[in-house]
Amino acid sequence: MDFFDFNLPSYGWSTVLGSAISGVFLGSIYALVALGLTLIYGVLHIINFAHGALLMLAMYAVYFLWQAFGIDPYLAMLIVVPGGFVFGYLLQRGVIGKASHGRDEIILLVTLGISIIIENAALFFFSATERSVRVPYDLDGFDLGVTFVVYPELAALGGSLLITFLLWLFMIKTDTGKAIRAVAKERQGARLVGINVDHIFAVCFGIGVACVAAAASLLVPTYAVHPQIGYLFVLIAFTVVVLGGMGSFVGALVGGFLIGIFEQLGRLYLGESLGVITISFIFILVLLFRPSGLFGKPAG
Amino acid sequence: MTLQVRQLHAAYGAMKVLHGIDLEISEGEIVALLGSNGAGKSTLNNNISGIYTPKSGDIIFDGQSITGLPSEKVVELGIIQVPEGRRVFPNMSVLENLHLGGYRRGRNRRDQNLERIVSVFPRLSERFNQLAGTLSGGEQQMLAIGRGLMAEPKLLILDEPSLGLSPLLVEEMFELIAELNKQGLSIFLVEQNVMQSLEIADRAYVIENGTVALSGSADELIDDPELRKTYLGL
Repeated sequence: MDFFDFNLPSYGWSTVLGSAISGVFLGSIYALVALGLTLIYGVLHIINFAHGALLMLAMYAVYFLWQAFGIDPYLAMLIVVPGGFVFGYLLQRGVIGKASHGRDEIILLVTLGISIIIENAALFFFSATERSVRVPYDLDGFDLGVTFVVYPELAALGGSLLITFLLWLFMIKTDTGKAIRAVAKERQGARLVGINVDHIFAVCFGIGVACVAAAASLLVPTYAVHPQIGYLFVLIAFTVVVLGGMGSFVGALVGGFLIGIFEQLGRLYLGESLGVITISFIFILVLLFRPSGLFGKPAG
Repeated sequence: MTLQVRQLHAAYGAMKVLHGIDLEISEGEIVALLGSNGAGKSTLNNNISGIYTPKSGDIIFDGQSITGLPSEKVVELGIIQVPEGRRVFPNMSVLENLHLGGYRRGRNRRDQNLERIVSVFPRLSERFNQLAGTLSGGEQQMLAIGRGLMAEPKLLILDEPSLGLSPLLVEEMFELIAELNKQGLSIFLVEQNVMQSLEIADRAYVIENGTVALSGSADELIDDPELRKTYLGL
């Protein structure tokens, strides 16, 4: 195929399949980061610009838990996920909610401000040096025939699916989950059944941060930590959220996998740097034909 | 149960809406609040329910000041508002809507309360798994009232329950309100539908431009020449 004098390489199906499989693993992390973002958007109707900074902060937490106490990054989830929830809850209740006076455009700027503060604090205290965790099993895995799967990839996939499932169950089965869904669509009605809307907002923010904290645990075994790492995932997570449909859990999951697969195929065919344009390409295509996203409900 | 509103001044945003309202609701009464669009009826409700905070004045429920309490505290005390426009949760099933009615109050008796509500609104049980947003206007109104009853109200505030319903359904709605009252429920009925409200109410207040223009027993008001002229064009 001639394309501006540029020849696409041709690969056997096993290479393509292998690439797609590694895309699924990558996509599962995107999905998890996007899950928190889409929950916060769906309920608070704001885009949380601090999401990437919070992911980075959680990755540092996982790193330092390993470095200082030798805690395995996966085991660290037991600490950083509850810690992330409490941090997110207090951040929303104490800072974002109070500073914004209920106006969405202010919330946006407040979250942007928080992200700048966290990133610069990270640069100041942790420096720009990349830090990586060495776990004994990071290159262990098994051969699928078409590709070699390492255990951290498998953990990322399993962890993401499990967390999405648990969150879905929470939203369907518990009173708090139902209250979250009620607040998402009908705040006034929610207040009148006695739901404390400020509390629910903070719970959502807390869950969103708990999701990035879980993602951080799953990422640290394979990705080096530095103050800019959040951007790498969150810009794509924004794409996933819009692609899947703002506020949709299933959309975040499917969108994450789609983006992950297309990104890896793009890298295979177009090279490491150019390959990433497939994300934008898919994104624009979906927006052209389904402006509300794959699983989003049309506005109005 | 008694609710007293004393010299209530309230605003909607920057606009002053209520200029010193006094009213009272006693145990077992239906008290109607009548007035045209924009008279300040919903502002009054939402100040009682803790959605807005009054500028000044006092709201006293069972001898305790509830002025400025947040809405969840007001619900906890047993003042339950069924708002104008129903405000059901459109993305959730009928059953989930009813369950959330018992989110703050009546939590431990949800099953019994649900049973009782289903006996009042048998139609709701046929639609338990349907999304509330797909119900007809009349069904949504029933759901909103059912959701309110799940909280075991001491005082039920109904804001424009007949709005947007067909004449036949309006008739049915007023019968139902009278029936709930007969079972012992105190009701504050906010309506534009003057005649039908006065027929079931014990007492009524008419508000105009944010003040109480008329008040008295429903029987007196129904014959009041000024009221008949203003609201019925008679």
